[in-house]
Amino acid sequence: MTDTVRKRPRLAVFKFASCDGCQLSLLDCEDELLAVADAVQIAYFPEASSRMEPGPYDVTLVEGSITTPHDAHRIQEVRRISRTIVTIGACATAGGIQSLKNWANHEDYLRCVYARPEFISTLATSTPIADHIKVDFELRGCPVNRHQLLEVLGALVNGRRPRLPSHSVCLDCKRKGTVCVEVAQGIPCLGPVTHSGCGAICPSYDRGCYGCFGPAAQCNCESLTNQYLDSGTNIETLLPLLRNFNAAAPEFREASNRLEETAQERGNKR
Amino acid sequence: MTETRTIRVEALTRVEGEGGLHVRLNGTVVEDVQLSIYEPPRFFEGFLRGRPLEEVPDITARICGICPVAYQMSAVHALEQALGVVISPEIRRLRRLLYCGEWIESHGLHMHLLQAPDFFNAASGIELAARFPNEVTRGLKLKKQGNELLEVLGGRAIHPINVAVGGFYRAPKKDELRKLIPGFEWGLQAAIDATRWVAGFDFPDFERPYEMISVSHPDEYPMNEGRVVSTSGLSIDVSEYETAFAEHHVAHSTALHSLRTTGQTSYHVGPLARVNLNREKLCDTARRVADEVGFKSPCFNPFQAIIARGLEVIHAFDEALSILREYQPFSPSRIAWKHRSGEGCAATEAPRGLIYHRYQVDEAGKVVLAKIVPPTSQNQRQIELDLIDWLPRIMGTDDQKTADECERLIRSYDPCISCSTHFLKLTVDRVTASVGGTR
Repeated sequence: MTDTVRKRPRLAVFKFASCDGCQLSLLDCEDELLAVADAVQIAYFPEASSRMEPGPYDVTLVEGSITTPHDAHRIQEVRRISRTIVTIGACATAGGIQSLKNWANHEDYLRCVYARPEFISTLATSTPIADHIKVDFELRGCPVNRHQLLEVLGALVNGRRPRLPSHSVCLDCKRKGTVCVEVAQGIPCLGPVTHSGCGAICPSYDRGCYGCFGPAAQCNCESLTNQYLDSGTNIETLLPLLRNFNAAAPEFREASNRLEETAQERGNKR
Repeated sequence: MTETRTIRVEALTRVEGEGGLHVRLNGTVVEDVQLSIYEPPRFFEGFLRGRPLEEVPDITARICGICPVAYQMSAVHALEQALGVVISPEIRRLRRLLYCGEWIESHGLHMHLLQAPDFFNAASGIELAARFPNEVTRGLKLKKQGNELLEVLGGRAIHPINVAVGGFYRAPKKDELRKLIPGFEWGLQAAIDATRWVAGFDFPDFERPYEMISVSHPDEYPMNEGRVVSTSGLSIDVSEYETAFAEHHVAHSTALHSLRTTGQTSYHVGPLARVNLNREKLCDTARRVADEVGFKSPCFNPFQAIIARGLEVIHAFDEALSILREYQPFSPSRIAWKHRSGEGCAATEAPRGLIYHRYQVDEAGKVVLAKIVPPTSQNQRQIELDLIDWLPRIMGTDDQKTADECERLIRSYDPCISCSTHFLKLTVDRVTASVGGTR
């Protein structure tokens, strides 16, 4: 069918501070890519096409976090020209690994990497897109799961809500029949508090979940970390586990801050 | 009097990231070209300090979603050197297998969806598919084989989770790898056909006097191990890398420029450099195809990197197949090691060129120092110098066309821009009077 009889939604993909991995997930849909390009009109996707059409756009995917004054301004413009905004990945939904600078002295980082810090313009924080604009849907993961990305696009094209689970990775392991790495091997695992979506990969490769899909709905991080501390896992192991790719997601942030306070209290008592 | 003429392009496309290009002209003489990189800095080397070293392969993977394995491989080899860990031949083979998966995936993407459209005035691989449905579909399927391998061996294609300091968290089961063989047998033939296809493209007559740099190993095509060598006769141990190359911070870019310490000269890394310096180490099939398509030795035409990528995809399928066929599960999948203070460095070959890492770790297993030199920061100055040579040949009155031709050259390097970079606008200052730009 041609565009005159079938109005295809106009799709845009915008990038902020990120590794490009989440938008690459779309190009990694090798079997579906040409069908997607038929179902939507790819109006703005610089990583894939030199044809860049101006907005407004029906569906806008946003990858990456806000780390510079310029990007804080640019995201407002993206909102203005987009009907529906879907943030994709841990950077866009939680600030990403670069949000570690929220806990550090930003000037130290600058000097550590760049010989001439005065050439660089950045904010002291890395923040998720939803801190700056209204976001219509968030897709988790570092990186996102491409099947979930297709589900979101399919839903939006057909005018329905995306159907994505919000339970924990822990449940996925049970469904897969993966033997629990925490119970069987004593490996600290964030599966009980981490959002489903990856397919519970890490435990099936004999390692603990490191939370790259961020906090699950109604997760109880305090209970889990207390349990681990009681069973002898040290804070130096747990703290970086909670403070990585979704460090600034509120539940993980509070849990890691609490662990840091506990460590300081213990240090003071000594 | 110099009047400024400004051409602006929204974004340099079909590369990973954004940035700009600034050209200063005096008459028809190109005085300077600045490739600006606007990628917001993310400070990986800053926040790696103090982290447990076990996390380094997971964290550095996030520098680049297109070549995470390259970051993981350089990281684990450098850390193993710091810790005095010697991996087993079985682990070494599986790491080469993993790298084959990434080369296939990344080269497949660049050849078919990013660079090939340039030869047919198409805006994207999707547009190209309307004219070459079989070739583009074959390219996608070829790329998919690489991703499937990464999923089985790495756990997932983007940011694999199975790479550990010392080896792998889990060695794959025999069946998991064996089931990939039919797809790889198809892939080997498809890669040969794809290479023949790209070798038939119409290439600009453009050669540059490069010093090309790559890893080189006496027994195998370079991936994870070897000396750092160049087409000008350099041959050093990786531990001497920082005496031969140094990074410089320039005002117009958030990516550091890496130059040779002697003479502050630029150099070229990537598939062309690898093939030029290691052609005899390619598998028989890849060498035969190289001869058949008349691939020059050495080749100094940057646009023909697409053929070098094709040859490397053939090699990757061929080598992967032999590893897959011979694979037997083994134990331990990870060599045991203890924390100790130390320092180590490694250079491996990312799809887009040599990548160097150096780490210092302390006795508690924390990272004290991290230094990462990605391929794009090494190619950046070379790209600028190429453009100075390229511009007079393509500079016309149509600014959009000029910009397109510049992008075309830049794209041939497959710059991994999220490692550092963001291309955005082209500005041209020139002596002729003219109108302003579009932005």
